[in-house]
Amino acid sequence: MTYLKLFLSFLKVGMFSIGGGYAAMPLIQSEVVAGYGWLSMGEFTDLITIAEMTPGPIAVNSATFVGIRIAGVPGAIAATFGCIFPSCIIVSLLAFIYYKYKNVSVLQGILQSLRPAVVALIAGAGLSLLRTVAVGEEALLPENVNWLGIVLFAAAFFVLRKWKWNPILVMLLCGIANLGIHVISGSV
Amino acid sequence: MEGSRKGKTLVQLFLSTLYISAFTFGGGFVIITFMKRKFVDELHWIDENEMLDLAALAQSSPGAIAVNAAILVGWRAAGFWGMMTAVMGTILPPMLILTVISFFYQAFAANPYVALLLKGMQAGVVAVILDVVWGLGGKVAKERSLFLYGVMAAAFVATAVFQVNVILIILAAAAVGVLRVLWRRRRKEGDR
Repeated sequence: MTYLKLFLSFLKVGMFSIGGGYAAMPLIQSEVVAGYGWLSMGEFTDLITIAEMTPGPIAVNSATFVGIRIAGVPGAIAATFGCIFPSCIIVSLLAFIYYKYKNVSVLQGILQSLRPAVVALIAGAGLSLLRTVAVGEEALLPENVNWLGIVLFAAAFFVLRKWKWNPILVMLLCGIANLGIHVISGSV
Repeated sequence: MEGSRKGKTLVQLFLSTLYISAFTFGGGFVIITFMKRKFVDELHWIDENEMLDLAALAQSSPGAIAVNAAILVGWRAAGFWGMMTAVMGTILPPMLILTVISFFYQAFAANPYVALLLKGMQAGVVAVILDVVWGLGGKVAKERSLFLYGVMAAAFVATAVFQVNVILIILAAAAVGVLRVLWRRRRKEGDR
């Protein structure tokens, strides 16, 4: 039953994440955190961090991670197959149509109005991750705020935007800075 | 003879996709560049224009771009079994890596030093994601279309304020997109 739930849950992720990469993130959050409660928001944030540091699509990384935590290796296989199954069917179908008509313009017309919605959804998921960084799972009150986290976020955003630093390097530096500051201030 | 040649193609396809998937950081768009280098420039299985269309298809279809591209390249190289082979080659490396990480995660995250490192990296990853959003949003804004602004604002309010189900928002945006394509087509025909 758990395998079936994992399969169906990631089937939805595979079927409705259009536009690649981060497009899967809001869907995974809605299934895994809000829907089934398989991960807490903090674990989900860790998962996105790990997915960013390792090769492979976020959806496949997440399916493996969540699958193993819920039901071991078979769970990972069930979730991963769920997440690639819709692609196999839909892409094959589209490829068939493409080779028949050699035209992808209608598809791109639809995609054009999907894109702003996907951007908005990624922004929404990004903001809920930012909230996790700021206050963890606590209420959004000034006394709960992790100010160092906010400063690291702002600095990272600045160097990414302004100087186009490598994202993986920026993440590593943020991690090292956080660890270093806590060690030096003696709070660990 | 025919069988052994097909077998050789499948092995080559598996090793190529395995290699590309294991060493490509940075998502779908990057992987398509590597696939082009391998399958167009090196192996000459696909010509350049066709690869551009396949890339557009991979990006317009639901699911991970890397998996979609593997499906298309696999089909093109060796039919159904080519697709299965390319998909396996693409998903095996992330599956293996994440399996190993998952087994260590609990012990890892319980260590106070690792927890602090992870916590700092979380701040970094949020910056990376919002930087991508900024870039993508800028691209949408460049189109200077009231319609696209409207879709973006409506979707944001729906998800961030009203917590509407993500799938519902995507379906609504797709439906609006279909209507728009149909409406434009009708208007064009009316002009004639």
